[in-house]
Amino acid sequence: MNVFVTVKQTPDPNATPKLGDNHRLVREGVELVMDQGDEYGVEEGLQLAEKTGGQVTVVSMGPEKANDAIRKALSMGAESGILITDPALAGSDGLGTARAIAAAVKDKGFDILICGTESFDGSTGMVPPMVAEILGIPHLSFAKKLDVEDGKIKVQRQTADGYVTLETETPVVVTVTGGLNEPRYPTLKGIMGAKSKTVETVDAAALGLDAGAVGEGGALVKVESVEPAPQRAAGEIITDEGQSGERVAALLVELKVL
Amino acid sequence: MAEIWVHVEEDAGAVAPITLEILTKARTLGVDVVAVALGSAAGQTAKLGEYGATKVLADARSDYTEFFSLPAVEAFVALALERKPLAIIFGGSYDGRDIGCRVAARLGVGMAAFATDISVEGETVKVEVPIFGATQVSKKSFAGSGPYVVTIRPKAFAAEAGGAGAPAVEEVSPELPDSSKRVRILDRSVEASEGPKLEEAPVVVTGGRGMGGPENFNILQELAGLLGGAVGATRAVVDAGWMPYAMQVGQTGKTVKPNVYIACGVSGAMQHTVGMKGSKNIISINKDEEAPIFKLSDLGIVGDVHKVVPQIIEAVKAKKG
Repeated sequence: MNVFVTVKQTPDPNATPKLGDNHRLVREGVELVMDQGDEYGVEEGLQLAEKTGGQVTVVSMGPEKANDAIRKALSMGAESGILITDPALAGSDGLGTARAIAAAVKDKGFDILICGTESFDGSTGMVPPMVAEILGIPHLSFAKKLDVEDGKIKVQRQTADGYVTLETETPVVVTVTGGLNEPRYPTLKGIMGAKSKTVETVDAAALGLDAGAVGEGGALVKVESVEPAPQRAAGEIITDEGQSGERVAALLVELKVL
Repeated sequence: MAEIWVHVEEDAGAVAPITLEILTKARTLGVDVVAVALGSAAGQTAKLGEYGATKVLADARSDYTEFFSLPAVEAFVALALERKPLAIIFGGSYDGRDIGCRVAARLGVGMAAFATDISVEGETVKVEVPIFGATQVSKKSFAGSGPYVVTIRPKAFAAEAGGAGAPAVEEVSPELPDSSKRVRILDRSVEASEGPKLEEAPVVVTGGRGMGGPENFNILQELAGLLGGAVGATRAVVDAGWMPYAMQVGQTGKTVKPNVYIACGVSGAMQHTVGMKGSKNIISINKDEEAPIFKLSDLGIVGDVHKVVPQIIEAVKAKKG
């Protein structure tokens, strides 16, 4: 199976994110990591390729630095990468990003494109279904289990109170939830081997993207302002010395829970 | 008057709370509120009117329940191109997100995800989206032409009946091409859980990575049981495979607003706090006094969850007699 996986370079989720004057996420001077959700996508892709005798290609969009996320996936075992990078693409909204990714993968003959459900930074989860729509193929979302049977793709899709089992033919976009596998760590051999693997770099022109449909100019959602949200008033902090059980129970009585 | 469409979702045979929440808000916007009810939801017209729909576009065909997502996408696209609503609102739910994203991509229109407020002035639609764990609010507007697509975060608005009564019902039958019947729904499984539903429970006891392992969630179950509450989990816990995804509270996962939220071994990452910050009262237990969760807490306990939670259980049992 020809497996493609998207990855995104995002700020370390343990650090405090900041916005610049242009309301874009500040990526300078912060530690960037491969989005945690993507580790599950890469792992699932690798397992699928191993099972079906195929290989994994990783796709990312972002500044040159996004190459690090691709390299990490390569060191985990992916075979090659595509980096979509162009200052003209900065400031793209979900649809602009989806247009670029769709253009980069459309002629590559993939069977399955695996994506994380949503990134840790933007967390809107819009891009994968939009890529599928632009390519005119189905997407199976929120997969907590992914199987291939007789060439068909089957997933258990998370629902509010359980899951539904979905089945379709390839090519397809699948978004995976965390916890569906245990992502492998890159081995030293993998890290060394990744250095000789190829990452193709493409820009907006190479992808034939209409300048008016991507980047900040093409964004159809504009951020007008960013304001602090109303904060909760600080409460009482106590150190447990064996009294906390009583304290909490008393509060629960006060709140009429008990 | 401008029209705003609301996608109708069902939950266990009734109109889903998220749909009622959106309708309640929509009826205050000074627009015609049109509910789009596809599949079995087409039978819910009375309830939709009660919450604010003045009109229902209904299509009862079973394609919407037999096949995943795509028939609804086709229906929305076909109907929207023909009737040009100002905006289409979906729930920030699994189904709402899947359909909304594809509709926006097909129509080539702007989309804002997980808004917690929406306003309309003439032809201008504005939304507010909480970011960075709801520490900041991003105010957004749309460029280009509509229909603008918006998803609304669950529990952003309280659902209250008060619509004008029975809505006008128009049966519609947009063309559903065979290509929209490519994803078959083979079966639906409900994972049984004891006690109240997480989203509706008056008390939520959530465990984070600090619980140390899945076996330690037993004490959280016991505490939740004593308080008539439900157990939740953070993304880290779910990603580690300790607890099922259905228990996740946060950006990915569920939004809860219980009377009392008890966070045990939860650091308070932004991913998590956006889903619980609206709780009326927050009690947290963490051994790290610098944990961000304490900034949100009405009562913060610096201590070991493995000691503090059993203490709470004992004290609660004593009070209950």
